Amino acid sequence: MSATQSLRASRLAKAIAIGLFAGLAATSAQANVSDNEVRIGYLDDLSGPYSDLAGPGGYEAIRMAVEDFDNKVGDKKIVLFQADHKNNADLGANTAREWIDRRGVDLIAGLNASPVAIAVSRLVEEKNRFAIVSTAAAASLTNEYCTPNHIHYVYDTYSVSNGAAKAIVANGGKTWYLLSADYAFGHAMEEQVSKAVAENGGQVLGKARHPFPTSDFSSYVLQAQASGAQIVGLASAGSDLVNAISTAQQFGLMDAGQTMASLMVFITDIKSIGLETAQGTQFVSGWYWDMNDDSRAWAKRYHERTGNMPTMVQAGMYSSTTQYLKAVEATGSDDPKAVREHMIKTPINDMFAKDGRVREDGRMVHDMYLMQVKAPGDSTSEWDLFETKSVIPGDEAFLPLSESKCKLVNN
Amino acid sequence: MNAKTLDLNLTEQRQVRQRRRVGYLYLALIAIGLVAPWVAYPVFLMKLLCFGLFACSFNLLLGYTGLLSFGHAAFLAMGGYCTGYLMSEHSGIGPELAILAGTLAAAAVGAVFGAIAIRRQGIYFAMITLALSQMLYFLFLKSPFTGGEDGLHGISRGKLLGVIDLSDNLAMYYFVLAITVAGFALVLRVVHSPFGQILKAIRENEPRATSLGYDVNRYKWLAFVISSAIAGLAGSTKAIVFQLATLTDAHWHMSGEVVLMTLLGGVGTLLGPFVGAGIVVSLQHVLSQSPLGAWGGPILGLIFVICVLSFRAGVVGWLKLLVTRNFR
Amino acid sequence: MTTILGVPLVALFGQLLLGLINGAFYALLSLGLAVIFGLLRIINFAHGAQYMLGAFGALLFLQYLNIDYWVALALVPLTVGAIGILIERFLLRRIAHLDHLYGLLLTFGLAMIIEGSFVNFFGVSGANYPIPAALQGGFKLDFMFLPTYRAWVLVAGLGMCLFTWFMIEKTRLGAYLRAGTEKPQLMQAFGVNMPLLTTLTYGFGVALAGFAGVLAAPIYSVSPGMGSNLLIVVFAVVVIGGMGSIMGAILTGLAMGVIEGLTKVFWPESASTVIFFVMVLVLLVRPNGLFGKEA
Repeated sequence: MSATQSLRASRLAKAIAIGLFAGLAATSAQANVSDNEVRIGYLDDLSGPYSDLAGPGGYEAIRMAVEDFDNKVGDKKIVLFQADHKNNADLGANTAREWIDRRGVDLIAGLNASPVAIAVSRLVEEKNRFAIVSTAAAASLTNEYCTPNHIHYVYDTYSVSNGAAKAIVANGGKTWYLLSADYAFGHAMEEQVSKAVAENGGQVLGKARHPFPTSDFSSYVLQAQASGAQIVGLASAGSDLVNAISTAQQFGLMDAGQTMASLMVFITDIKSIGLETAQGTQFVSGWYWDMNDDSRAWAKRYHERTGNMPTMVQAGMYSSTTQYLKAVEATGSDDPKAVREHMIKTPINDMFAKDGRVREDGRMVHDMYLMQVKAPGDSTSEWDLFETKSVIPGDEAFLPLSESKCKLVNN
Repeated sequence: MNAKTLDLNLTEQRQVRQRRRVGYLYLALIAIGLVAPWVAYPVFLMKLLCFGLFACSFNLLLGYTGLLSFGHAAFLAMGGYCTGYLMSEHSGIGPELAILAGTLAAAAVGAVFGAIAIRRQGIYFAMITLALSQMLYFLFLKSPFTGGEDGLHGISRGKLLGVIDLSDNLAMYYFVLAITVAGFALVLRVVHSPFGQILKAIRENEPRATSLGYDVNRYKWLAFVISSAIAGLAGSTKAIVFQLATLTDAHWHMSGEVVLMTLLGGVGTLLGPFVGAGIVVSLQHVLSQSPLGAWGGPILGLIFVICVLSFRAGVVGWLKLLVTRNFR
Repeated sequence: MTTILGVPLVALFGQLLLGLINGAFYALLSLGLAVIFGLLRIINFAHGAQYMLGAFGALLFLQYLNIDYWVALALVPLTVGAIGILIERFLLRRIAHLDHLYGLLLTFGLAMIIEGSFVNFFGVSGANYPIPAALQGGFKLDFMFLPTYRAWVLVAGLGMCLFTWFMIEKTRLGAYLRAGTEKPQLMQAFGVNMPLLTTLTYGFGVALAGFAGVLAAPIYSVSPGMGSNLLIVVFAVVVIGGMGSIMGAILTGLAMGVIEGLTKVFWPESASTVIFFVMVLVLLVRPNGLFGKEA
């Protein structure tokens, strides 16, 4: 075969291939799903300090959502991957990159720790895939770091700190001392609380930032004690939070009349601290299993599978995955832009939220709840830990769009 | 011609033959390197190369100078942060200049650390480098330009010489391969130079090197600076490949990991660090996506212990021994 | 109110006392390292993991065997020390004839194994150990509220340090140990069972770490990573002190705790770095550390 002949032959082959492909595409014009599978990667802290609040339980929640769809959207199979990012942005971004490059993952879910979430959200924007952040808290994810390729579902630093600070100041907690973890989420909460306290007529007497993780909180507790503030606000999570509270107890802060206000609390933290120590603590949460019939029914199913009650994050993962799959079903596509647009258009009414909606900056807006930890005597069962003090309507709970620095919002 | 010169000639011939063989080996490896991205995932290969180069820089100290630095992560991170910062804040600067700057910054840190640490030997040297790198870790944690706990994200890969777009994984890969080969060639040059011979002399018997009139501390210091520069080069390249720079690179775990890579591959062998880095990185990769993921740390620790107890020559050292025994 | 550089004297005293308590931990741990280093010439990188074993030992004894704090305080260091003896006998001894750097690497690997396994069995967050009934509550001092348990830590930690110092400097066994540090072959020739002495020394150093772990259990949350974070600071303390003398290790540990405490008042952000700065300063002036001998 001469060179021109072979060239001609290859052109012919190409033409045939294109024709065939066009035919195939025409038959499946309805379901424009890449690789003919909906691939979901669950990337979270599976073994580290936050593995209780999301971790393996989060994977279980997502699996429940997938199973409720019978493992397929239309005729497209749903494939689920999971990996541990160990709260390490390096590892998280690399795993996500490989998932996208090699496995064609369409949705990355979970995403604990703000550095990882920010890194992955930038990656999905560059590679045009989709991410739903459930675990990480930084409000910057839908503010200066917003992208057209991810949404932030459960809660954020703004909604938990702003609401809590307002409510506590209104109840007479006028003077504050702030102790926050020395990284993005701690800084963000510190700023939010300071602002909210000042706006509502309170005063921040002092603040300190502790390294993450810290084992010895005594020095900070002593400073908080010396400040004489009525409220000691804690912007830390996981084991740091548990540590700080028990140290404060040892140094007699509570006995001397100071109140600890934990700004970010998960049901698993309270379970680990115990009602005896934690009773009376007020905080803001996005969800609690004992809220309504839907939440109770779902939590019961989750409890049967895992032996634990779900945290708000785990519930959010079930809800967000379900909403995502519904959007894929409705649009017949796993194209991130189409899915996101559909999710923005469709209000969310399920076991997680009533009348929740996704804003154009990617923030899922829903009601938040001011909770209080029950006294041991008031608790009727193992997981009966909180009572709802008041509801913070979604529009007040999250950063208003008018203050947003997000590039997707016209300000 | 008497018997003695004949013998010398034979040895010389054998050396020439051996050198040629090694040359072929290197060529074959480069050929493999050129083909590899068509077979394996390029980003993974780049990670391998970066860590190989990092381990190589460490080996220059431990294997050829006899200094165990337990703070080598500091240079990796310094290079990465510097390059990352330049690429995200001053986008006009190309990746080549940013990497150069990162390398120089790491060398500068190496010059300071080296000046403090080389006055002590053995265990003390290890401890001092560890403590110094830990200090740098805290500085990174606190300085605004590193992004603290969050690290630097979304570092642009940029265009090589303003022309080649590195956001393409293949283009990036060949750039990284070129850097690695260059870095390795530098190490090769150093090891085989008279300077390298003096380093080996110091490793074998420091008092004797001193008595021969060498300013031992100056040589050690220079080796330290070269090593930290190459580590910085690896870190800078890594930052551009992954488009991020975080505290993980500065943590002392990383310093321990590079010791493991070198030990596993073979201390004092030129290719050993690459082999060791290859094994460790692949192992981590496989483990992180398997149900055994959480056991990565203990498994690496176990390999460490086994290496120290009964596999001190490392993979390459062991292969070398095998070749010498059977083919000579 | 009296103030120094704008800081109330009261706050200063409080932080000083807390610094001293933290210093007691530094002293105990660097003392253990110094004892081991003296005879075996290796840096025991597993020291942090062994300290963690102490804390977990107390916790597990309480949970599964219902052994209370006071018994654990004696039993756990013995158990952890016994583990140390096994490590020396079956692992470290095999590489004793090699460069001492291999000892550091071996113990580093051991630390990875121990800590990693504990993460898998008990999770990262760890658990809390209740303060024993007799030590609950606290004293109302003029300048602060001092929890009884913290006071106890100071007393027990210092007591154990002094006991160790006495054992090594004033007893016959200690004399063997000191002589063995200088001239091991000669001691062997004199009929002292040096391998046994070495094993026991390592076991004792590890037991000190275990003791510190039990002391720490009720105040720091018991978690697998608790040792490795502390160990790096203790290494810096050791570099500052210079590993020359037992008393040197104790004094440096306490002093560094106090300096760290003071920094928390005047410049809180740098509290975790200050020890490393001190270390560089000391190294520049005295390359062998404050109490170190020429090496």
